[in-house]
Amino acid sequence: MSLDTATVRRVAALARIRLEEEEVARVQGELNGILGWIEQLQAVNTDGVEPMAGGTPEGIAAMPMREDVVTDGGQAEAVLANAPDREGEYFGVPKVVE
Amino acid sequence: MHPTEFTLAGAVAALEEGVISSEELTRAHVEAVEALNPRLNAFITVTSEQAMAAAKASDAKRQRGDAGPLEGIPIAIKDLFCTEGVQTTAASKILGGFIPPYESTVTSRLKRDGAVFLGKANLDEFAMGSSNLTSAYGGVANPWSRRNDPDVRLVPGGSSGGSAAAVAARMALGATGTDTGGSIRQPAAFCGIAGIKPTYGRCSRFGIVAFASSLDQAGPFGRTVEDCAILLRSMAGHDPKDSTSADRPVPDFAKACGRSVKGLRIGVPKEYRLDGTPPEIEKLWRQGLDWLREAGAEIVDISLPHTKYALPTYYIVAPAEASSNLARYDGVRFGLRVAEQNSDLRDLYERTRAAGFGQEVRRRIMIGTYVLSAGYYDAYYLKAQKVRALIARDFREAWGKVDAILTPATPSAAFAEGENTDDPIKMYLNDVFTVTANLAGLPGLSVPAGLDPQGLPLGLQVIGRPFDEETVFAVGAAIERAADFRAVPSMRAGA
Repeated sequence: MSLDTATVRRVAALARIRLEEEEVARVQGELNGILGWIEQLQAVNTDGVEPMAGGTPEGIAAMPMREDVVTDGGQAEAVLANAPDREGEYFGVPKVVE
Repeated sequence: MHPTEFTLAGAVAALEEGVISSEELTRAHVEAVEALNPRLNAFITVTSEQAMAAAKASDAKRQRGDAGPLEGIPIAIKDLFCTEGVQTTAASKILGGFIPPYESTVTSRLKRDGAVFLGKANLDEFAMGSSNLTSAYGGVANPWSRRNDPDVRLVPGGSSGGSAAAVAARMALGATGTDTGGSIRQPAAFCGIAGIKPTYGRCSRFGIVAFASSLDQAGPFGRTVEDCAILLRSMAGHDPKDSTSADRPVPDFAKACGRSVKGLRIGVPKEYRLDGTPPEIEKLWRQGLDWLREAGAEIVDISLPHTKYALPTYYIVAPAEASSNLARYDGVRFGLRVAEQNSDLRDLYERTRAAGFGQEVRRRIMIGTYVLSAGYYDAYYLKAQKVRALIARDFREAWGKVDAILTPATPSAAFAEGENTDDPIKMYLNDVFTVTANLAGLPGLSVPAGLDPQGLPLGLQVIGRPFDEETVFAVGAAIERAADFRAVPSMRAGA
């Protein structure tokens, strides 16, 4: 499968990465090179195989549940400390609602 | 002896005996960092003042009879671990100016045990790379050089290249790294030191900048296998803040380094014999097997039939998880923001992420976004998760026949800056021997075992059963004893 330029632009938009017009051809070539290489997985017979979703080796106890209680919070200053723009106890962003 | 020549275990003993103070030990390493970092670029952030203050506090603690297992030991921290009050960059422009208000679990445990932090070590951006060349803070030089071409700047490997170079060059007694596809084991091999990626879940991932959450694991570097074992004991253990961290006891790994390998069955996977592997690596592998046979182990041929699909599987799973994890870098809550006067929110996101992420990171986010997108999820991502299950199953079947597996650590010795950069896939092939352990969640140790004809170090890899790092350390230490690896890099403290 080969990505056309429209798909490359769509993927960049989904990823929220600005793509300049002059970059499209290069990125298209790189992505198609990698996707072409990945394509070999289609040759593997995976009928009836359960997908491995996490990193925990099989046979090791599953992730535990914890009680649904508040464990942290009330740290607005720490949360906002690295904000590029803040207004009071809020992150500042360009106007969203017209 | 110059204090930078101690092993970590030797330095612990010297501190206990009062032969040296942490202040003296730390000062020697701070001076080594000051002298060598301009050339090696192994550290992004150097915290000499904090290190000296911590060393003084450590000496006082020891005086009070209150010394931890790593009391007063100066180490380097990969700049992927959040450190409270100390800039953490992940070697990316997008985290510019980010000062974590909290400490990662692994680094807080090292501090609890008395370790002194010299600074934050350089890495590939977001740990994505095998050369350290994707760092926004510039590449790291490998302290080793080719015998016949000493002026060619070699890469230290990656992604934990700064950590490996710092330990090899005697700028630190040990270091932390992270390993998602080989990012501890490959740089350890390239720099002639030891490094282990433990079992998935052995170390908490809390406070480590996330790359691919089902593959990422923290682990240590040391100049000896025992040094790695000592550091790992402090780093490991259950953490309620990481639901994938394993709630099981942490053994005394250093003790396991002295275990005999007699009677152990060591697997040799036939699929790891690759066309084009340099003869010296084949030879070293055979030599490693001979050493273990001489030490009383039994060598067993095994098959891991899905090995050749491991890298393409990884390059679906890892970018998919990365595209999700890296969605948080939006220019709103922390780090870089790039916007024009009239930017709306979406334009702010897109400009920030285009300017803040380097080329390799952008490439992987886009691959990940594509393989997760509607209509392609089953064909790529789900398929990769199924092949991953088959790779894990291959190992599970092997554990019926063997106790550990021996392979080369890397398909080559350290390469020069500029080599392997024309095609991303060529760079990805560096992880061909290491990536399977990440996909299956298994522990893997790289141990320096010999030199190539150019005088560059080569490593062997020991892979073990889940949570059986002890056998991995025993086998690694046996190889280390037999190899008696004493070569040193040309660029090092005191040289």
